[in-house]
Amino acid sequence: MSQSVDTSVPRIGRLDAVRDRWQNLPKWQKSLGAVAGIAFLYYLPLLGIPGLTWFRTDSIEGGSSWAGTLFTCAIYVLVAIGLNVVIGLAGLLDLGYIGFFAIGAYGVGLFGSVNSPVVKLIQERFDLPATWAVGWVLCAFIAVLLTMISGVILGWPTLRLRGDYLAIVTLGFGEIIRIVARNMVGVTNGPVGISAIPGPEGPPSSDNNIFGLVDVKPWYWLAITFVLVMVFAVRRLEHSRVGRAWLAVREDEDAAAVMGVNPFKFKLWAFAIGAALGGLSGMLFASRYAFIDPTQFNANLSILFVAMVVVGGSGNMAGVALGAVLLGYLPERFREIADYRWLAFGVAMVLVMILRPQGLIPSRRRARELKDRAAEAEEAPAHV
Amino acid sequence: MNFDALISEFGQHTVDGLSKGAIYALVALGYTLVYGVLRLINFAHSEVFMVGTFAVLFVWTQVPFEGIPSPGQAVVLLLLALVAATLASGGTALAIERIAYRPLRKKNAPPLIFLITAIGVSLILVEIFGQLLPDLLGRALPELFGRPRQLVGMPTIIEQKDLFTIGHVTVNNIQVIVVVSALVMMALLDWFINKTRYGRGVRAVAQNPETAALMGVNQERVIMLIFVLGGVMAGAAAVLWGIRAGFTLNSVGFVLGLKAFTAAVLGGIGNLRGALLGGLFLGLVEVYGATLFSTQWEDVIAFVVLIVVLMFRPTGLLGESLGRARA
Amino acid sequence: MGIAAAMLAAAGCQDAGSGDSNTAAAECGGKIAIFGAFSGDNAGLVIPSLNGAKLAIKQHNAANANCQIELKEFDTQGDPAQATPIANQVAGDQSFLGVIGGHFSGESDATMPVYEAAGLAMVSPSATRTDLTAKGNKSFFRVVGNDGTQAGAVSTYLKSQNAAKVFMIDDGSAYGAGITAELEKNLGAALAGKEKIQEKQAQFEATISKIKNAQADFVFYGGYTREAAPLVRQMRAAGVTAKFVGPDGLYDPAFPQGAQKGAEGAIITCPCLPASKAGGTFSADFEKEYGIAPGSYGAEGFDGATIYIDAFKAGKKTRADILAFVKAYDKQGVSKYIKFAENGDVDPSKVVIWSYQVKGITFEPLQELKLS
Repeated sequence: MSQSVDTSVPRIGRLDAVRDRWQNLPKWQKSLGAVAGIAFLYYLPLLGIPGLTWFRTDSIEGGSSWAGTLFTCAIYVLVAIGLNVVIGLAGLLDLGYIGFFAIGAYGVGLFGSVNSPVVKLIQERFDLPATWAVGWVLCAFIAVLLTMISGVILGWPTLRLRGDYLAIVTLGFGEIIRIVARNMVGVTNGPVGISAIPGPEGPPSSDNNIFGLVDVKPWYWLAITFVLVMVFAVRRLEHSRVGRAWLAVREDEDAAAVMGVNPFKFKLWAFAIGAALGGLSGMLFASRYAFIDPTQFNANLSILFVAMVVVGGSGNMAGVALGAVLLGYLPERFREIADYRWLAFGVAMVLVMILRPQGLIPSRRRARELKDRAAEAEEAPAHV
Repeated sequence: MNFDALISEFGQHTVDGLSKGAIYALVALGYTLVYGVLRLINFAHSEVFMVGTFAVLFVWTQVPFEGIPSPGQAVVLLLLALVAATLASGGTALAIERIAYRPLRKKNAPPLIFLITAIGVSLILVEIFGQLLPDLLGRALPELFGRPRQLVGMPTIIEQKDLFTIGHVTVNNIQVIVVVSALVMMALLDWFINKTRYGRGVRAVAQNPETAALMGVNQERVIMLIFVLGGVMAGAAAVLWGIRAGFTLNSVGFVLGLKAFTAAVLGGIGNLRGALLGGLFLGLVEVYGATLFSTQWEDVIAFVVLIVVLMFRPTGLLGESLGRARA
Repeated sequence: MGIAAAMLAAAGCQDAGSGDSNTAAAECGGKIAIFGAFSGDNAGLVIPSLNGAKLAIKQHNAANANCQIELKEFDTQGDPAQATPIANQVAGDQSFLGVIGGHFSGESDATMPVYEAAGLAMVSPSATRTDLTAKGNKSFFRVVGNDGTQAGAVSTYLKSQNAAKVFMIDDGSAYGAGITAELEKNLGAALAGKEKIQEKQAQFEATISKIKNAQADFVFYGGYTREAAPLVRQMRAAGVTAKFVGPDGLYDPAFPQGAQKGAEGAIITCPCLPASKAGGTFSADFEKEYGIAPGSYGAEGFDGATIYIDAFKAGKKTRADILAFVKAYDKQGVSKYIKFAENGDVDPSKVVIWSYQVKGITFEPLQELKLS
């Protein structure tokens, strides 16, 4: 046991060294590197470099589609980016993020599918043909808007609560959304779920040129495009006045208030933006699978979302993205240990937290804080 | 909404709700104790309870008896189960503290790190009891681990009998046993924390760790103590669960833990009496809600009530304190 | 540039996958996929079907050295979101010629369009939701009666028992709520009350007091063991004597075990033949191979595989030919006589539903339930 500890620490240290070197490169080299990296992301579903094909999830017995797994990873990355705004930047513990994901998914399902009771109701009311449904783009818009509103509705009464109280309230919120989706049969089709959810090319059909039924690659490319755009957008936000306000609120709410930053307002902003990103990923999820039912939005997944953000390195976009990819990828690639996948996952989670509490790729600020705290702990061992 | 059903048998539903809430309260104590001293949510406490139920199952399936045991046998079986479950749960809680939390405390890690570690530990325990042990011991102990992730029933130790009826309200022996034992356990804990030397140490650390250290309180011992105490309460809850619900499986802790945690927060996390109040209150809300609407809305009602209570009392019904009121 | 071209070329190669194994196939034989919840919480219900299918393939391969069939397993944990990427994989790999699955209705619903688009036949051993075959899908078949048929049989049973007050409970799952809703249509005035519980619920006092108030003589529960076992046990402990009736979701040895004595005398309906009545030596073979009785859907899994075996034996080699073969299938299976209606349902007149009574921890066959 101790041996593995000894070897793993310098290896992780090397990871940091790589990052330092990267940060010190001239600007043109960095941009070139970024372009190459992005190109590689788009190339990934075709991955055929000898040696690297080992990573493909369809290279194993009973493995699932490689592009399908990449799509899942991309969706989780999008979730992680959104959750990172809430947890990593604003410091709010949200255990019910799945609720927003579900609202986004149901947003596009309820308005876009001809099988949804809502669409049927509108058809009846306005004498529309049975094939009518709201178009995908509008659905996507509705989905994101709905999640943003629900973020505000949840945040308004609860964001005044202290961290740990917020955790259980949000967890409850996630459960409420799932149970409502399951019980309100007249609106959501209940446990039966909603099928025929549209994508950018309209309802799922084998006649679709790009977003067909068998090939998942275009879906991955769509999702990764969303991811890149959102990474860019959130980056800008992080370094804006809003981002600095979040930081101030996270570090010391009272001090921030004294400096003229209204903590509640900025927390609500973080919640709404995080929610919207969750809704966006839920919307993409529902469109790609063309089918949703309430069982897909359970509390376990919600808790795993938080875990991936923290294990990856909360506050750091690359870190949370890594966490998300691991959550989406590992269980698919290591199907050989089918029944023991989650046991291994739990062990890995605990080990990472004990050996590297700042996360796999930590935010620099976070890492420094943790070091300070650790040093404090050594000076005053009595401190809890 | 079915007001008639609620009003006409209000007393009956109250008795049902209290006996349901008593188990929540016992498990809630584990969350509250740890939170009161360490300010962290021990998310793995639900699995501490789960391990306890397996200990109960172990005793009741391995100690031979025929049919429904006689009252004398039943008492012996209950006591044996109590010993086994408190040992198993207390031991599990202590092990979690030593293996997972202690290294983090040494690094003075922020609460979020503890939370994720707890989630990991929880996952590990659920998978051990759901998959690893059934694979290893399935043949040796089929009564416990017949099939992976499978629900297993516990034998009946006490036959449910109606004890007395007041008006429309009938109270049965199981309800009495559950509520009375829960209250006794809680009174013992309350006494322990408030009246003994060890309890004073716990309260001192909860109030101010630095001062407590200066006063010569061994903080590590206090922390171990609260984990063990929480585990013992969960073990007692597991025995009551055994006579009331009568089954277990690897994922039995999740829902119950969620409810117990809700109860702890409702009452004011960190507050022992709050856990009792929160548990009973939650049990009542659930039974009333299920009668008024439909059982399928039970959890929604519970969480909505939680949110509403916290809106008006942000630190729960009784506020948080394991020794004194905190701002 | 050259490197990029090489990478893409290699990728193209990888993407075509093992499509070329098609040409390597002998005169007879081929590859089929089976998917379902082979791990995770629901595996217990699905493993017998997987084992049944494996047994059929094994027996065939042992007897026909010149006609080897490969059965590939794909674990979905019953989750539609895991089943879909698997469907993409199987559909995209041209060497797969047929599919057994899905085992749950949700995963079947989610993947039906994918398999249909790829021209692959799906034969489900256990997806029973009624509306699956009402969607106009052209490649989905099931060798099991749907919930509507089973609900009809349950109502026949209840009528034969002169049930006057039936209390219906379901778990709000697609399966439980579906079959209960179908039953409600048939019950009429005999319905004394209904209740929906939550999944993973453990304590049922509110439900039990509703049953008592309704003075029900029969309780029908639509759902699975996880909730049914504690429910029936707590119900009995509270002195409810109403007869307990449940569908095939409870045809699971864990149900009587989990309910301890509470399930004694409960009636379980199942569209599955008692071992003694099942065709041929299936039950004996299954027990010899796996050490336990076939349980739920073991025979259906066996039948699903047998359909493909027959297709390969008949020299079918393409997805289209096999799909046509399945559509026209007309033969006695071990679970029932198999012939599909236009919509993919097994001919309702051939569905056999039996009632079983719980005795100790076994299910004793009572009688065949005539479908009204």
